[in-house]
Amino acid sequence: MRHIISILIENEAGALSRVAGLFSARGYNIESLTVAPTEDETLSRMTVVTRGSEEVIEQITKQLNKLIDVVKLIDLAIIPHVERELMLVKVAINLESREETKRLVDIFRGKIIDVTSNSYVVEMTGSSDKLDAFIAALDTKCIIETVRSGPTSMSRGVNGLHL
Amino acid sequence: MELSGGQIVVQCLKDEGVEFLFGYPGGAVLHLYDAIFHQEDVKHILVRHEQAATHAADAYARATGKAGVVLVTSGPGATNAVTGIATAYLDSIPMVVISGQVPTAVIGSDAFQEVDMVGITRPCVKHNFLVKDVNDIAETMKKAFHVATTGRPGPVVVDIPKDITDPNIKIPYIYPDAVVMRSYNPEPQADPEKIKEAVDLILTAKRPVIYSGGGVVLGEGSAELIEFTQLLGFPITQTLMGLGAYPATDKQSIGMLGMHGTYESNLSMHESDVIIAIGVRFDDRVTGKLAEFCPNAKIIHIDIDPASISKTVKVDIAIVGSVKPVLTAMLQLIKAHPEKNSADDLAHWWSRIEQWRSVNCLEFDRTTDQIKPQAVVEEVYRITKGNAYVTSDVGQHQMYAAQFYHFDKPRRWINSGGLGTMGFGLPAAIGVKLAFPDQEVVCITGEASIQMCIQELATALQYETPVKIINLNNRYMGMVRQWQEFSYESRYSHSYMDAIPDFVKLAEAYGHVGIRVERPEDLNDALEKAFALKDRTVFVDVLTDRTENVYPMIESGKGHQDMTLRIAPGTPVDRELA
Repeated sequence: MRHIISILIENEAGALSRVAGLFSARGYNIESLTVAPTEDETLSRMTVVTRGSEEVIEQITKQLNKLIDVVKLIDLAIIPHVERELMLVKVAINLESREETKRLVDIFRGKIIDVTSNSYVVEMTGSSDKLDAFIAALDTKCIIETVRSGPTSMSRGVNGLHL
Repeated sequence: MELSGGQIVVQCLKDEGVEFLFGYPGGAVLHLYDAIFHQEDVKHILVRHEQAATHAADAYARATGKAGVVLVTSGPGATNAVTGIATAYLDSIPMVVISGQVPTAVIGSDAFQEVDMVGITRPCVKHNFLVKDVNDIAETMKKAFHVATTGRPGPVVVDIPKDITDPNIKIPYIYPDAVVMRSYNPEPQADPEKIKEAVDLILTAKRPVIYSGGGVVLGEGSAELIEFTQLLGFPITQTLMGLGAYPATDKQSIGMLGMHGTYESNLSMHESDVIIAIGVRFDDRVTGKLAEFCPNAKIIHIDIDPASISKTVKVDIAIVGSVKPVLTAMLQLIKAHPEKNSADDLAHWWSRIEQWRSVNCLEFDRTTDQIKPQAVVEEVYRITKGNAYVTSDVGQHQMYAAQFYHFDKPRRWINSGGLGTMGFGLPAAIGVKLAFPDQEVVCITGEASIQMCIQELATALQYETPVKIINLNNRYMGMVRQWQEFSYESRYSHSYMDAIPDFVKLAEAYGHVGIRVERPEDLNDALEKAFALKDRTVFVDVLTDRTENVYPMIESGKGHQDMTLRIAPGTPVDRELA
């Protein structure tokens, strides 16, 4: 099953490699990993999407908690949560496809943030599924490049992951 | 007081009460060594290889319960220490390793003797630090000792670039009394409900077994374990790492369990209805085939590390806490509990266990004209009256030591259990002897293992640490040879030791006493003579039976009930007995 592990971690050099190293050393898989400092600059928040059996996920969370730099963590997949991923797609366009591509971007509530005579850069956020659907709706031949942040997520409601 | 970075490191060690610093100098730590030169409180022990520094410090920690401390230079000094760091990590030994690093300005430039020590050691330390500012040294050192010694202990590396220890930059020094780390809460409070639930289950058990391990030693829970076991009247089996926490000579002790554990221990585990696992981690050498592990038992697991719970074996009641307070709480509840285990059930259980015990699974051939390695350990046990600190290397001799030296006290058995590091024994013996100069310290080793850190004979001379080295010399890597006999149709691929040095001459060349024993009838006199030389390191090279195997054995991939016993080598045990 897919799990979203959200980690509050000391914003120190090497903290990211401790987490990444733990996953590779113990043979856990990482589907995506995203990290940046929080409003408190001494802390970073990391979102790791992983898959595994219940036992594996239990071990992952326990082993992560053992890392000295990890302050707190939560598996968001098992509670109500919201989830967003950012994607940028560079699409090749021509006179014929310009309008149609723009319409498609609008349908998916994306934004075109760079335009040239023969390309768009499209910004899109949403669930990973939605981003997948947008990619699927595009003609693969016209995709020049894509970059995705991997999902970030937080729980619904008033409770949150903080000190 | 204004001190330089190098002086601060040394002053921190003094303030931490460090007696011995095991190390080896080099370019990146020269400022530090100069600071060491100017003081006498922290005694520096110069080893002959950095691996030995880590093993000596590790063994000092195992014997005393205090953190062992190591100082190595950057690059090769640091990488040589990695084996010893991993050894300490796998056995949860508190250790602080200070490594020199190239100056901050050149980090990342592949400078002379540069390695990314923090990166290399990340998977085998409890935590590590790179100190980038002289103002951070004192607090980092305090954190290092705090992390290494609290909770589930482990090694901590502090990597210090050379410029941080610059003698020309002096700052005010204050060693913090304590550090608070918001992300580190090492002492979990056990859930009283779980403790109560466990006690209820314990007191209804019909075929209980206490399975205790290294956590009892590390958590200083030996006295509580003894009271708990004796109050309940249950059989107790101990892991390789736990030996001594419960006295091996007591009748309730049924010996070690696992791959080379006793018949009675492994069959008791297999037939048990309630297992009380205390400070153990269900290591693969203990469990054998997981699918067949304790098929009839409910399992209670007490451990300080939540990640140990249900890692390999799913347990029924998990108590996360230090063994000492948990056992204390359990004892109170048991004493006040209206129910007790049925005396009939326990008597019946013990009679079954005695039946298994009567197989006498450790017995060996005492009639041959060869020296049996087991007989050597028995003789060492007799001469030292069971009171010695025994270190070992890794292999057959390690198992013989565990089986035939009956440890009655914790912290007396010093071996590399988790990582299985050959070369551990001799530096370990030196570390223990420094801690307890008045105690008998014996290194039981083999001719293959001892050669991995043989150079430490020089350290033993320099610091006058008269240990007794008992070399069970069978001219084979015995355990490798045994596996090749069992699993590879006796194709002894590279397990034969040719060109073995003359250990007597070698010992003498290093300034020690060497004794060779070739015949069983000479064994007793030779060992008596060795142990009578109180102030000398004695290397006793005993030529043992080349083909002797360690029994019993659970071969790889088999369960506790599938033991191979000596009475029928290579064939499964007669199940009638079970």
